[in-house]
Amino acid sequence: MRPHGLGRREFLARSSHGFGAMALWHLLAADGDSAAAAPHFAPRAKQVIFIFMMGGPSHLDLFDPKPEMAALHGQPLPESLVKAKKSATGGILETVMASPRRFQPHGDCGMELSELLPRTAAIADDICLIRSLHCDQSNHDPAQLLLLSGSPLFGNPSLGAWVNYGLGSAARNLPDYTVLISDDGHGLEGAGSALWSNGFMPANYRGVELRGSGDPILYLNSPPGIRADTQRARLDAISDLNRIREQQSGDPDIAARIAAYELAFRMQSAAPELIDLRDETAATRASYGIDDERTRAFGTNCLLARRMIERGVRFVHLVHSTWDHHSDLNQRLAEHCQMTDGPSAALIRDLKQRGLLDETLVVWVGEFGRTPMGEVRRGVTAGKEGRDHHPNAFSGWLAGGGVKGGYVHGGTDDFGFDVVADPMHVHDLQATILHLLGIDHLRLTYRHSGRDYRLTDVAGNVVREILA
Amino acid sequence: MPICPSRRESAPRHGVWIAWLMLLLASGPLLAAEPVRFNRDVLPILAEHCFSCHGFDQAKREAGLRLDSYRSATSRLGSGRRAIVPGMIEQSELLTRITAPEEDLRMPPSDTNAKLSDAQIETLRRWVSEGAEYEAHWASIPPRLTEPPQVSGAEHPIDRFILAPLAIRGIRPAAEADRATLARRVTLDLIGLPPTPDDVEAFLNDQRPDAYERFVDRLLGSPQFGERWARWWLDLAHYGDSDGYLQDFLRPVAWRYRQWVIDALNDDLPFDQFTVEQLAGDRLPAASVRQRMGTGFLRNTLSNREGGADLEEFRVKQVLDRTATFGTTWLALTVACAQCHDHKFDPLSQREFYQLYAFFDAADEVNFDAPLPREAGPYERAKAKYDRQRAALVAPIAGPLAELQADWERRILHAEANPGEDFRWDRALELLGLQWGQNLGEGQLEGLNIVKLPTHERTADQRDRLLDYFLANPRESQAAAFQELKLAELKQQLDALARSLPPVTRAPGMMESTVPRTTRMHVRGDFRRTGDAVEPQTPASLPPLPTTGRPTRLDLARWLVSPEHPLTSRVVVNRLWQELFGRGLVASSDNFGVRGTPPSHPELLDWLAIELVRGGWSLKGSLRLIVNSQTYRQSSAARPELAELDPQNSLVARQVRLRLSGEAVRDAALAVSGELVAQIGGPSVKPPQPRSVSEAGYSNVWEPSSGGDRYRRGIYTFIQRTSPFAQFVTFDLPDLSRSCTRRERSNTPLQALNLLNDPVFLDAARALAGRTAREAQGDDSERLARAFREVLGRPPTTAESVRLREYLGQQREIFGADPESARQLIGTDPNADPAWIVLASVLLNLDEFISRE
Repeated sequence: MRPHGLGRREFLARSSHGFGAMALWHLLAADGDSAAAAPHFAPRAKQVIFIFMMGGPSHLDLFDPKPEMAALHGQPLPESLVKAKKSATGGILETVMASPRRFQPHGDCGMELSELLPRTAAIADDICLIRSLHCDQSNHDPAQLLLLSGSPLFGNPSLGAWVNYGLGSAARNLPDYTVLISDDGHGLEGAGSALWSNGFMPANYRGVELRGSGDPILYLNSPPGIRADTQRARLDAISDLNRIREQQSGDPDIAARIAAYELAFRMQSAAPELIDLRDETAATRASYGIDDERTRAFGTNCLLARRMIERGVRFVHLVHSTWDHHSDLNQRLAEHCQMTDGPSAALIRDLKQRGLLDETLVVWVGEFGRTPMGEVRRGVTAGKEGRDHHPNAFSGWLAGGGVKGGYVHGGTDDFGFDVVADPMHVHDLQATILHLLGIDHLRLTYRHSGRDYRLTDVAGNVVREILA
Repeated sequence: MPICPSRRESAPRHGVWIAWLMLLLASGPLLAAEPVRFNRDVLPILAEHCFSCHGFDQAKREAGLRLDSYRSATSRLGSGRRAIVPGMIEQSELLTRITAPEEDLRMPPSDTNAKLSDAQIETLRRWVSEGAEYEAHWASIPPRLTEPPQVSGAEHPIDRFILAPLAIRGIRPAAEADRATLARRVTLDLIGLPPTPDDVEAFLNDQRPDAYERFVDRLLGSPQFGERWARWWLDLAHYGDSDGYLQDFLRPVAWRYRQWVIDALNDDLPFDQFTVEQLAGDRLPAASVRQRMGTGFLRNTLSNREGGADLEEFRVKQVLDRTATFGTTWLALTVACAQCHDHKFDPLSQREFYQLYAFFDAADEVNFDAPLPREAGPYERAKAKYDRQRAALVAPIAGPLAELQADWERRILHAEANPGEDFRWDRALELLGLQWGQNLGEGQLEGLNIVKLPTHERTADQRDRLLDYFLANPRESQAAAFQELKLAELKQQLDALARSLPPVTRAPGMMESTVPRTTRMHVRGDFRRTGDAVEPQTPASLPPLPTTGRPTRLDLARWLVSPEHPLTSRVVVNRLWQELFGRGLVASSDNFGVRGTPPSHPELLDWLAIELVRGGWSLKGSLRLIVNSQTYRQSSAARPELAELDPQNSLVARQVRLRLSGEAVRDAALAVSGELVAQIGGPSVKPPQPRSVSEAGYSNVWEPSSGGDRYRRGIYTFIQRTSPFAQFVTFDLPDLSRSCTRRERSNTPLQALNLLNDPVFLDAARALAGRTAREAQGDDSERLARAFREVLGRPPTTAESVRLREYLGQQREIFGADPESARQLIGTDPNADPAWIVLASVLLNLDEFISRE
């Protein structure tokens, strides 16, 4: 069930025909939805920045030091592991590839992190590192869908949709769920817009995708000769006529269209200011790497994320692609860390400095980790090895919003192959994120096709150890 | 779903509604006692929760147990027990284990996070107690003809298949949509453009009983039919006008394939032939240029021309994509899942995947001369003289030049066989693959393939093209010889000569590899780690491939369209249905495997599939059949009373409202404003778009087209894969790097901003206002009605008219008091009326305008 009986949005979704529902939708569009939905209990976080590292970053080279592997470098994986569990991606195991990366303790907490993440290392005391994530999907699409929608299949609502469904609208003049994408020129690796889909929920729960290059949002200016009041009048006429059609056809998508137009109108006044980064100080710009070619794309997205949090956006979804380093891992991992390490650390510092980190939960995670065995796709050149997909164990971190800082949760065996302490399935991660937002993942349900759906399906446990 | 039996024939014809009631009564008890059916009830549970470890994939099978076959599931396991003993619940280990109270015994294992519901356990229990009968997967059996059930008052077979299950549930179908809505719906569906007011008027006034059927026939005969349905097919082919990947070079002749599709659909090329020409047109006996152009289907894979790319790795990626695209398009199977391991759910082994792959591994990319009308004559006439002159230029140094080139070729081939020996020749090899035909859309390995061909087997064209490349890319180590033979001068002379030859447009296609290749399995999908050699072959779970000798692509294509094939015909009619109802009879139109959705109306699906084949594979015939049904003509108004019972409308108790595609939104705005340039076919065009988008391409700036090319239909808009046309992206253009079977239809504020503020749509509003002023006589009300009908195909209701007139009056006041704004809005036409422009823009922003109802 929804927090307060039949969810208002669910009610609207099902019965938005007739005038009553229409009026409600109007209300929804004009006033936000904050009164309609409320958390189950006092939340620790009110907003989320979910940094999705698409493709599967290597936990072994970034977060999970395994000095024991050095001695076995180039040798087959120990028989005990082979017997215990077949590799997730197939039958044949290759040889151990020790990470060439140096790990050192950082911060007061002494968290060990890789040399590839110097800026993240500097905020070690603010982050909660999880070394025991695992999932049960070894290909990109299903693993990404599992992480972000709770199910490996297409067609289900994403985490951001669930959060907004559970909590209602927070930002009056901006979408409550935005998606900011950066990549290395090779596009997205995986399930694309299905990862911010509304699934079977109404259209207004879908993530709104901003453009990754050039203007993040197009057409924010009214055409020449259209003043603000003429635009408003135009919109009123459009909405009124759409409402008339909605009464005739009973299609709930028209209500969503009306709400989208209202939001578009409000965005016209709010979004230009949001995306105009000129009022940021030179120091801020530098910390996010806005003026450095390598960090510009992801850094701009991180900075926009902070600006959105300041303006009340509930769920900001950053996507960076691709960490799918089957070959040439050393170089490509270093490149991607250069693109992302500084900006993500700057984001945490900046949020903290502005007093926003307490109520903003930041999550940094990929869909799986990578094998302790090397993968040789190219064969020609030594030093160009990669690592394959590895769902059995991987790492990610959380910060702010009610999680412990300077804390390491869970652990893996000597090869980072399997979780051996405090396993945290991605469903557990989802349950914990909802918990921090004041939502009981067992009680947040949505009825569809005669069945009550949950983000965490039939699983998920809140991991209390990481709560501050 | 059981279909009502034919004894209903004797039901009195007291109207359809009475028949439903009777059916309802007759079938009530039957439903309650209905036995569990394997495919419908059991298979989805096993597929979701059990097959990952107890299914077809040998490598992942646990405890030697296979639950996907009766034989294996009922035989004795290592433990001495049997998973299933038909009829004996107590002795069936399956039931013991799924209900075990001990967590370590219970299946599915707790660490998989999977859990069976009580209802699922009950279903499995009932199934075992009723005998644990297995059924073959529905999609692996050829379509079976079932006579449409008798439903009184319904004649069209489709209606009878749809009405019978509705009647069992006591549901009436929706009433027929009003005629204006119907005219707009079927026009948008068949030609992708809204009807003109005159079209609608003529239809409304046509009193003949077959007025609708005539209207449909006229649309099917329109040349715009091909444009609309080509877009449908190009999503499957994942067509684009550039290479993709980081550098995303242009493919200026990709459009030849698009044109081929438009023409084929307009000509109603039978779908079997349509299939054969796209997969193997080049292998047909005495293949025509046009037939070869069909294989452009296989040329929509991406090409990586980035330095450091391994040529073989990316060739393999292309073959994989071709195999996957083939599987999605014709089989609706996720064959690519078997690239690294046996398929977990469907009976497709990794070996079988590579056997399919082998068909495409034996083909190479090739571009060929495909003269446009009027090109052939001048070219032919000039060519002989050109050849003579070219030969004369080369002749004086022919001997040493050939030697030098042969040396270059030898070193290239040596580098390919011995990577890492000499980086300079490694680089020469790589460049041959990266640069060949770059920005011309030629196959990037064509040059290398020519090098591999013995000199005497090369065609004159191949010889010339390779020589041109050789001369244009001198290697350091041959610099002295180049200078000595004055090859730079020769190149200049040859280039000048080539400019004198009238151009002939080329087309992308495929050819059989000239250098035979042994296809081997890739261990874990890794192309460097080859396993057993495999021959081309089709999967064992599908009908056998009738052939003598080594099967070819042509055999594969003909096999697809053989009458007993269980998939092709079903897959295509299902996709037609999906286009017309928003959802397929098989909702998972991309997946007919066991993890897909079972058909909502299996008998109807089969009937349509058989009808397609019987009708000579005519797509127009199938479309005509469907749109002429009463089922299609139903109103799309929501039915709240069915919201709980049938939220997805899978019973088709009404039509649906569907938002138009991005291309269709643009087309509709241009059409109703009178701006649309209706020219069919030709190269891609680049309509204007915001500067921040047009500068986003990595290596290509978007130079907007001029003149009429700014107002062509969306299907002709250039698709730069890394930075596609912004408005289409906002309206859910799919990722064109892979096959798309069903587009998303989102509803976002960005779409609202686009329609409100994009100059393209404001221009359309200006044009619409101007057009209305010119074409409509009389007062505001009449002009308003005219504009309204132009945009929505129907007259406004009183409420709509009142609201719009109020708006018009208000806007007149505003612009009257603010001439500066008025001046800015009207643009270049001093006679334009600003109030009417904003009114027109209101109409172009209506949800109804961008929807097909």
